[in-house]
Formats: sequence, C-alpha cells, structure tokens
Amino acid sequence: MLLIDLCIQGLIQGAIYALIALGLTLVYGLLRILHVAHAALFTLGGYVGVVVTNGSGSFLLALLTAMLIVGFVGMASYRVIYKPLLMRPPLIALIASIGVFIASEELFRLVFGAYGLSYTNPPLKGQVEILPGISLSHARILVVVLAVGLLSGMGWLAVHTRIGIAARATVVDPAMAASSGVNVETIRYASFFIGSAFAGAAGVMVSLLNNLVEPTMGAVPSYKALAIIVLGGLGSVRGALVASLALGVIEAFGTIYVGHILDRDSIAFAFLIMILMVRPQGLLARG
Amino acid sequence: MAYEIVVLTNMAISILFALSLNVITGFCGQVSLGHAAFLGIGAYTSAILSKAGVPLVVTFIPAMGMAALVGLVVGVASLRVRHDFLAITTMGVVFLFTGIVRKQDILGGEIGIAGIPAPEFGRIGLLVTALLCVLAYLLFVIRIRKSWAGFAFDSIAEDEDTARLLGIHVPRFKLFAFLVGTAGAGLAGALYAHQIRFIGPDSFGFVESISVLAMVIIGGIGSIWGVILSAALLSALPQFFQIIDDFKLLVYGLLLFGAMRFAPDGIDGLLKRLFRRAGGTR
Repeated sequence: MLLIDLCIQGLIQGAIYALIALGLTLVYGLLRILHVAHAALFTLGGYVGVVVTNGSGSFLLALLTAMLIVGFVGMASYRVIYKPLLMRPPLIALIASIGVFIASEELFRLVFGAYGLSYTNPPLKGQVEILPGISLSHARILVVVLAVGLLSGMGWLAVHTRIGIAARATVVDPAMAASSGVNVETIRYASFFIGSAFAGAAGVMVSLLNNLVEPTMGAVPSYKALAIIVLGGLGSVRGALVASLALGVIEAFGTIYVGHILDRDSIAFAFLIMILMVRPQGLLARG
Repeated sequence: MAYEIVVLTNMAISILFALSLNVITGFCGQVSLGHAAFLGIGAYTSAILSKAGVPLVVTFIPAMGMAALVGLVVGVASLRVRHDFLAITTMGVVFLFTGIVRKQDILGGEIGIAGIPAPEFGRIGLLVTALLCVLAYLLFVIRIRKSWAGFAFDSIAEDEDTARLLGIHVPRFKLFAFLVGTAGAGLAGALYAHQIRFIGPDSFGFVESISVLAMVIIGGIGSIWGVILSAALLSALPQFFQIIDDFKLLVYGLLLFGAMRFAPDGIDGLLKRLFRRAGGTR
C-alpha cells in the first residue's frame, strides 16, 4: 500500500515539475539559454492565484488570470533580459537570469511581505477515494488533470498547427526556418508566453497544495527544473516530461528510504549526476 | 580598527576564492556553478582539525588536499559532460555537498560547527596570513598563465576539439585546472572558517557559488587583475549596503543583471575599452 501511495504522490509532484520544466525546455530549445528567472514567474503565479482567489472568491478566475498575467510577464522577460544578450555567450545570459531571479525574490518580499500569503478560504478541499484505502484531495486531482490537459494540448498544437510546426522547425534550425518564411521572433514570444503561463499554473497549484506562497518558493523548483531539463536531454520536450515524472517518484521513495543520509534536494541531484555519468547527453536526447 | 581588519580579511579571502574559480572558469573555460562546495570542504576540514588541537597553518594542507581530492572527482566528471551539462552537474555538486553535511552529525548537521578556536596569532595575524596566502596563490597563478599550461588552458577554453586536434592532452589539463582551482578554494575555506569561527551548511550553498562566479565574470573572465578588483569591490559592497539592508539582494541581483547587460566583458573589458579610446584621441 505504501508503495502505491508513494508512486501516486511522486507522480503528482512530477506533474508539477513537468508544468514548470516545459517552459524551460522550450526556452532552451529556442535560445540555448538556461532560464533561471523562470522560477520567479512560477512564484508570481502563486501570488496572483492567492490574491485573486481571496479577492474574487473564484479559484477558476484566479487560475486563468494567473496564467494570462504570468504569460505576458514571461514575454516581457524575453524582451528585457534575453533579447539584448542573444549574441553573447550563453553564460552571460545565465548570470543575468540569476541576477533577475535574486532581485525578484527580494521584490516579492517587499511587495507582499516576508511571511507569505495564504488562502482565506482554501478551495477544492474535498477528498475522493481513488483506490481502496487511498484518497486524494480535489486539489491534487486537479494538478494531474491540469498537467495532462495543458501538456497534451501543447503536444497537439506542436503537431497539428502551422505555428507548432514553425516552432519545431525553428528549434531544429533557426536560420533555415527564417528563410522559409517563419517569423522567428513571433515563435519566441509565443513560446515564452506558453511556457510562462504553464509555470504560472504550476505556481497557483503549488500555492493551493501548501496553502502558502512565500517569496522564496521558486528557489528549489528553479534548480530542480534545471536538473530535469538537463536530465531529459536539453531541449527535448518528451525527455523533460519523462524526467519530471521519474524525479517526482524517485524523490518520494528517496525521502523514505535514504532520507537519513541525504535530504530531498540532494537526492534529485545525486540521481542527476548518476544518470549524466552514464548518459552524458541526457535520457532522451535528439541526435 | 578591529572592524577594518575584519573587512580586509574578508576581502582577502574573497580574492583568493575568486582567483581559484578563475583558474577553472577563466583560464580553462569550464563553468562551475558549485565552487562554494570546495570552500565548504576546506572550511570543514580545517575547522574539525583545529578543534582537535592542530595549529591553523598546519590545517591548510589537509584542507587543500581534501578540496582538491573532491575537485579531482568533479574534474573527472567534467571530462564526460560539457557546457551547460557541466554547469548543471557542478550545481548538483553544491546541493549534494550541503545535503550530505545537513544529515551528518559529525559535521554538526543543520546547526553547523561553532566555537572554532581563534587563530593563535590574533586578528592581525590572520589578516597577514590571508594576505600571504593570496600573494602565494597569485604568484602561482601568474606563473601558470605564462607557462605552457596557460596556453593549453586558453586553447581548451577557446575550442576544445581544436585543442585536441593540435595534440593537447585535454583531459590532463582540465584535471590540472580543477586540482589547482579547488585546492585554492580549500585554502580560502580554511581561512574563512577561522575568520567567522562558525560554519554551517548554509554558508556554502548555491547563492555563494553564484556570488563567486559573479566576481569572476564582473571582473572579466580569465583576467587576473580584473577578478582581484571585482572580488575586492563585491566583498566590500554588502558592508555599504547595511544602510539599505532591506534592498540588499535587490540591488545585488540588479547589479548582476546590469553588469551582464551593459558590460559583459567585465571590469577588464571596460578598462581596456577606456584606455583604447583615450589612446585613440591622442
């Protein structure tokens, strides 16, 4: 019973990681940049979720507002941070991104206070028994539904629409795509919007599960999401999804069985280093 | 006077720490996001030994040795993964280090090690020792830069595959860079432990790794004097920020971003451009 329970908890955690990591993978695929500031967008999503839910009483409205706002802020982050640095070595953009992330944590603290916010009346508290003896809250089920829905929607978009095909072409060869009439800038803005909106959704869901948003809530996911996209083979969307779920499950088991030697975060990185030593190009790398 | 001595000692330790990363990232072009782990290894080794009664200067050797030993392991890993993969692997190293330290009672766990004995030669003595260490490491680094190894590092940083094609034994020089760089960090760690006299897992995390990388990049990657200047400035900066304590990290983060946005080749590049312009008008 414990095994199944751990698997389920791990997969739910993995679904959250997947929502965060997707944006990072998209950005990496397009720009070859490790987008650390992505985690600030995740935190922003959490804050918008709490503020709007407490203000309007509608969680659905909060979720949609958060995705929209965070999506636009994500597009702005491309314009302000990365666009001017595209011609520089990737390390420069990485440090700039870390700088923005550190500054944004402090900004959240100044605007929303150091102690965090929580829902005055947390929605989706009901429990459902999904298997005999194992019940999950509605919020956890929504996490899974949301992740599956958003990610498969994305997948459909990538395969069946013109913009999706153009986006994939841009990832493979930006210069060729541009010469075939793809507007590379539009693709980049669109990718930042989608990736950031997903991170915003993840932020809202995490704030609901913990019933708390803090300025520092983005820190751990940001490092872990980096580990995930590296693990998946940088830029590979499918690899990132597999790695997210795998990491969620491994952490769930790891904290129970090796928790006395390693803390939760280092389990993720021990796993990462082990895999990279065997497969330096990541789990599912292209070519 | 005591306050100035503390600030100066911190400055010397930061310079040593930044110079040591400069060997790995600057000279040899291997990005490390986890250099604070080696500062930590040096600090823990030295702290435990000096609590057991070993004189401070003697603990320098095992502190450097332990850091270099682990550094060698990470160096071997760097032979396997490259670029962004290496960046994330080294980031993993620092999380692994703090994660392991947190769970070991011998290393003080979450609480850390307190009551590290004061150096037998007092505060001024520690400052002098730190300055001597910086000087020795600086001379060593300059010597490397001018030697054959310096050229090999340059070529590896520029283009690893071409370097290999030219017959440069890339793995050997990469390992050498990690060895020298992490040993330097271990030495800085030993000094740090005796300067603060309290160490815990939080002193050697990811943020510290980023701050030292920021020193190297703001100084100008690979430039010895630029890195010394920026390490001195950035380590003193928080002291001035005490007044605006609330905004400390905000200013620091924006500074990092601003430096990358407007002067990505660092102080070194800035000065060079300035001199070139001045020379041009003459």
